[in-house]
Amino acid sequence: MAEEVLLFGAWASPYSHRVEMALKLKGVEYKYVEEDLANKSPSLLKYNPIHKKVPVLVHNGNPIVESQVILEYINETWPGYPLLPKDPYERAIARFWAKFIDDKCLLAIFKASWGEEKEREKAAEEVPEFLNHLENELKEKRFFGGESIGMVDIVANFISFWVGAFEEAFGSELLTREKFPKLTNWTHQFVNNTVVKESLPPRDKLVAYLRNRFGGRNVSK
Amino acid sequence: MADDLILLNLWSSPFGMRVRIALAEKGLDYELIEEDLSNKSPLLLKMNPVRKQIAVLINKGRPICESLIIVQYIDEVWRHKSPLLPSDPCARAKARFWADYVDKNIYAIGKLVWGATGEIQEAAKKELIECFKVLEGELGDKPYFGGDSFGIVDVALIPFYSWFYAMETCGNFSIVAECPKLVSWAKRCMERESVSKSLPDQYKMYCFLLELKTKFQAQ
Repeated sequence: MAEEVLLFGAWASPYSHRVEMALKLKGVEYKYVEEDLANKSPSLLKYNPIHKKVPVLVHNGNPIVESQVILEYINETWPGYPLLPKDPYERAIARFWAKFIDDKCLLAIFKASWGEEKEREKAAEEVPEFLNHLENELKEKRFFGGESIGMVDIVANFISFWVGAFEEAFGSELLTREKFPKLTNWTHQFVNNTVVKESLPPRDKLVAYLRNRFGGRNVSK
Repeated sequence: MADDLILLNLWSSPFGMRVRIALAEKGLDYELIEEDLSNKSPLLLKMNPVRKQIAVLINKGRPICESLIIVQYIDEVWRHKSPLLPSDPCARAKARFWADYVDKNIYAIGKLVWGATGEIQEAAKKELIECFKVLEGELGDKPYFGGDSFGIVDVALIPFYSWFYAMETCGNFSIVAECPKLVSWAKRCMERESVSKSLPDQYKMYCFLLELKTKFQAQ
């Protein structure tokens, strides 16, 4: 049976783009289906009845949901480019940072940007603290994954691209070269990587989209 | 210690319980260090400088943090005994999804069931039962979420059974009446020594959570 790989995604979703990056790094052929999140397709609701969100990877009819779960699945299913280290300890460290980025950094950035008034101040204090942890974790490495892009870099895609688009849309400053020189360097390395570049949405379109949709959209993990 | 393992723990933490269950399933020896979160040890702060919380597993001097990440680590290093994750990638993805579902929901909602009052508590009770029913749907007729074998989803969820008496008493409702299958599953898990030795007595937990509740309300 020929292999069938479908990806249900949304062009503005960093979570969706994570999966595209991973598939491209592994050289997996896939068919992309753009979802209108304001009008979800019956297929999406069938494949992800619990969360009803993108991204959803459907491999030979089997759906896999939640971007980090999908990344692990992609890593285990297709050989070749390693998204995670082979060593269990190094792998646990990578998983820790991936979880930290999603559970703490992204949440704080969302809240600081468009959370309720009372949440914003606290979140605004947390953001630089969390970014600092990432700055320290980078140390002298080119990427979080070392010499090459790994799962942590992919999960941090939001920080490398969406934060910049957000800063442009709203004139805010979250990631400056002065405060975070290593993260800034990492951002340039990451977005200029050939595979990653193919997997990013057009910057202008994203900036305009963020401006229009300030206040939240059903973008998911 | 033969396996060179230290666990920084808190007896009342469901996250610590997950790790203890996994270590017991694998038959591993370890040193258990009980932390006082109002006075965190230098060791904890050194081993988990980012999150500063338990559970932390220290193996040969190197720390691993976050309970489900620790459970996966244990499963990968000591993979020849009692596997906690299936070998098939699709089944693994399903297991990770459900463990993530438990992580996203049960702690936060459960805390409001025993810890809040009034409308917030009522809403939390409703949400909790909804989540439990979704989990019952996933469990189906299987003995465990892992199928015939006890797995990571079982490990992720069972510690919250130690909250059941507290939630039912504070919330004035019956979990077994709404979710009998889940309670049967929980009792089946409790027959495993790894689980019964890692979960505290439900009444002891209730008294402890009641104290916490009083402290929250005073703030």
